[in-house]
Formats: sequence, structure tokens, C-alpha cells
Amino acid sequence: MNIGDSNISSQVLLHRHLLGLSTYSVEEIFLILETAREFREILERPIKRVPTLRGFTIVNLFFEPSTRTRISFELAAKRLSADLVNFGGSGSSLSKGETLRDTAQNIEAMKVDMAIIRHSSPGAAHFLTRCIQGSVINAGDGAHEHPTQALLDLLTISEHYDRFENLRVSIIGDIAHSRVARSNIFALTTLGAQVTLCGPQTLIPVSIEQLGVRVTHRLDEALEDCQVAMTLRIQQERFGASLVPSLREYNALYGLTSEHMEIHQDLIVLHPGPVNRGVELDDEVVEHERAVILDQVTNGVAVRMAVMYLLASSRATDRD
Amino acid sequence: MKPPEIIKAQLMDAQDVHRTITRLARQVIESMDSSHEIAIVGLHRRGVYLGKRLQTLIYELEGINVPFGTLDVTMYRDDFRRRSGARKIRSTNIPFNVSSGHLILVDDVLYTGRTVRAAMDAVTDLGRPARLQFLTLIDREHRELPIRADMVGRVVPTISREEVRVQLSEIDDHDGVWLIERGEDE
Repeated sequence: MNIGDSNISSQVLLHRHLLGLSTYSVEEIFLILETAREFREILERPIKRVPTLRGFTIVNLFFEPSTRTRISFELAAKRLSADLVNFGGSGSSLSKGETLRDTAQNIEAMKVDMAIIRHSSPGAAHFLTRCIQGSVINAGDGAHEHPTQALLDLLTISEHYDRFENLRVSIIGDIAHSRVARSNIFALTTLGAQVTLCGPQTLIPVSIEQLGVRVTHRLDEALEDCQVAMTLRIQQERFGASLVPSLREYNALYGLTSEHMEIHQDLIVLHPGPVNRGVELDDEVVEHERAVILDQVTNGVAVRMAVMYLLASSRATDRD
Repeated sequence: MKPPEIIKAQLMDAQDVHRTITRLARQVIESMDSSHEIAIVGLHRRGVYLGKRLQTLIYELEGINVPFGTLDVTMYRDDFRRRSGARKIRSTNIPFNVSSGHLILVDDVLYTGRTVRAAMDAVTDLGRPARLQFLTLIDREHRELPIRADMVGRVVPTISREEVRVQLSEIDDHDGVWLIERGEDE
């Protein structure tokens, strides 16, 4: 199952929405990655724009503050010549107490073809699919899923390793509150990778092994023979909730240092950003040549272009 | 469900295909002039293999190594909303500078002209060739745009319910061109 082998990927997506990766097959994930690789090439051209989605209207519904994910979707839409409107942030009706259903009905009345939603409640994207005709892309719903982040992680990994089967990936940090971790666990296990979760006991859900992953609370164990370290951002508010004693202790136990990079010569390091320097990653690790954080950002635009393109043209019945 | 199809005639066998491509290669050589360097760009899918064969033949006939690239026009098509199901995007790989050269686009069948239109847009986004020409193995007429081919293997008058199917041994069982009749149009 080589990543470059186009026989594995399906010709079309069977889904009409991208709500999460738990229901996506190997063939569909490969189709997205393969399409993203072709869009990646456009980003290197002098004219970084193709007319593919001309006349197609996409709305960005961001109920939670986010800059980079929103901008990444915005750029992806513009690179495909789609029209994009932003809905969200302070000053909009979203902060004036309108319900999600009402917002959705307004969006529907404005005749948009696709909606991208970021919301603090798990299932918000799924709810939206019942209110509007167009396709829905989940850009993060609570601690549930953030599928495009996982897909861009996979694309980035595939630039360094040519197969996912038995690839050893460790996800390090706040697993309990991370939609990025969940989406990655679903996708990586579907592709046959060996996933290890690592973090303090308070930040790893009980019985998560049922998803087919290994759990350890020791960083050295997680990094043993590991090829990909996916580090997660630790939210400052977790310290107030007494889940982690202090930033310094977290860094001492779970922060990646240049010594780790020295010991593990094959290791590549991912981080969804923004990085807390000196907490999840030391400065030298952020700057390290095997830290691929900026590649993730570029690949994010390509993956989102691919998802938009494939969903925009999928006409299959909705299985989500 | 695909409508049933009937093979109405074989238009070319493997030897015909080879002869025609050889003639087209000579035509490409003839069109060369000293002011601009020629390059071949094959359109996915079968134009890529035809283009490669032309490149090989030109080398065998004249010892000239013509730069070769591939182009996928999916992103530039105008029927995006009319089709059901995404077209798979294949790789665009043009390893030379498009600007100021003499570019020959190659495809297997010229029909409505919409693929060529999309290809011209795609090439324009990559640069500004001094001259752009189009070569096709089969011209089956029924143009919907003011487009013509500069080099043609064979003109085959057809009706719109028919389909001209080119098969090339690189991806199909063997070389050949067939006239197929499909059942009722969708």
C-alpha cells in the first residue's frame, strides 16, 4: 500500500460532507491526499489560482475564535476561485444570541453551496447538515473532530514516509480535550499505523485503548522507535482546572527537547500550532530541520482545496 | 448504470495507429523552425501516451530530443456543475519554461473543443508560449467552440450518440480505434 500508488484511491468521495474521519475509508483518505498533492503544485506557481470552483459560494461560520484555520480555508477557497464569505467573530449576529438553527436557516436563504463550521459543541457540524442543502466541512467541533487538520498531518507525514502501515506515531499532550488527536487516531488507525498516546493521566481519557491505540504516561516510552511525534498544544486554561500542576512540570515531563531529536534520528515532529515555545517544544526543536510545522501550514491549504473540490462535485447520497 | 454499447466499426488497427502517429511526428518535425524551440505537452489521459510516442519517434527520425510535459485540465473545465462525481485530478508536470517556446498540445480525440479550451487556459496560467498548436489523433467533429486542430491523424464524421474510443497499449490491451454506439443519451 504505497502512498504514491493511485490504484488504492477511489475515484470519487462517497460522502457529501466531511464531519469527521471515523467513517472515511482508506480509499477516500488516499483520494483526498492524492488530490491535495496536485493542488499543492498550484501553490508553487506564479499564478496561484485555478478557475475550478468559479461561481461556487462558500461560507465560513466560525463560532469560536480562530485565525489560522479560518484563513487557511479562506485561502483554499480563493485559490479555487470560489466566492467566500466570513460569518463570525465579534459584532456579528453570532455574538448577539442567535441560535445555530436560525443562523443556518439564514445561510440557507442566502443560497450558499458549502459551509465550513467551527463550533465549541460536538456535533454542531452534523446538526448543520440537517439545516442546509449544501455540503458541510467540520473545522472543529468541541473535543470531537477536526478532520482537515488530521488530513494535513497525514499529507505532511507522507512527504517523509512512503507508507502508513505499521508507521509508529505518538500523539503527545492533552488527548482528552483534543479534536485533533481524535481525528488523527481515527485516520491513522484506518490506514494501519501504530498509534501511541502519551500524556499525564488527567489528560488521557479512560478506556481510550478501545480505539486501537497504546497508552503510556512516559515520554521516553512514547518516543522509543517512534517515527512521528504529533505534539498537541496545551491550553493555558487546563492549568487553572488543576489537570496539570504547572507549565514547567509539563515541559519537564512531556516537552520535546533537542536531546530527544539527537537520540531519535528518524523522528519528525508535528504541531498543529500555535506552539507554546518552552512548553510542548523547546526553541531548538521548533527550529529543527525535522520539525515540519510550517510544511503543515502549507499542506493545510492544499488539503482544504482538495476537500472542497471533492465535496463540491460529490453527488452521492449522504451517509453521515 | 451505463447504457449498453455496440461496437459499430474498427476505425484503425495497431498498424494504422503506428503509421498515423509516425506521419504526425513528421509533421511536427516539419513545423519546427529555428526561431522557437518546440515542446510537446500531452493531455491526460491518452494524450500523455501519444505525446510520449511522438517524442520517441521524433528522436528516432531526427535525433532531436523534444522536451515533454503532461497537463491535466480538470481544474479548468467548464462542466464542473453538470457532471456527477468528481473527476480525478492527475498530475500536471511541465519540466520546462512554457514562455516563448513553441508548444504542441496533444490529445487522442477532438470533439466539442472544450478540453482544448480548458488546456489553453491552463497553459496561459503557466506562461506565455510564443506559439501554441494542437495535435489530435482523431477529429470527430461536432465542435461547440471556435477551435480547430493544427495536425490531425484522421477525420471521422460521427453522430453525437456515437463515441470514438482510442486504445493505447500503455494502458489498454492493445492499440486501436473503435467507433462505439451508446444506448440512449442520459
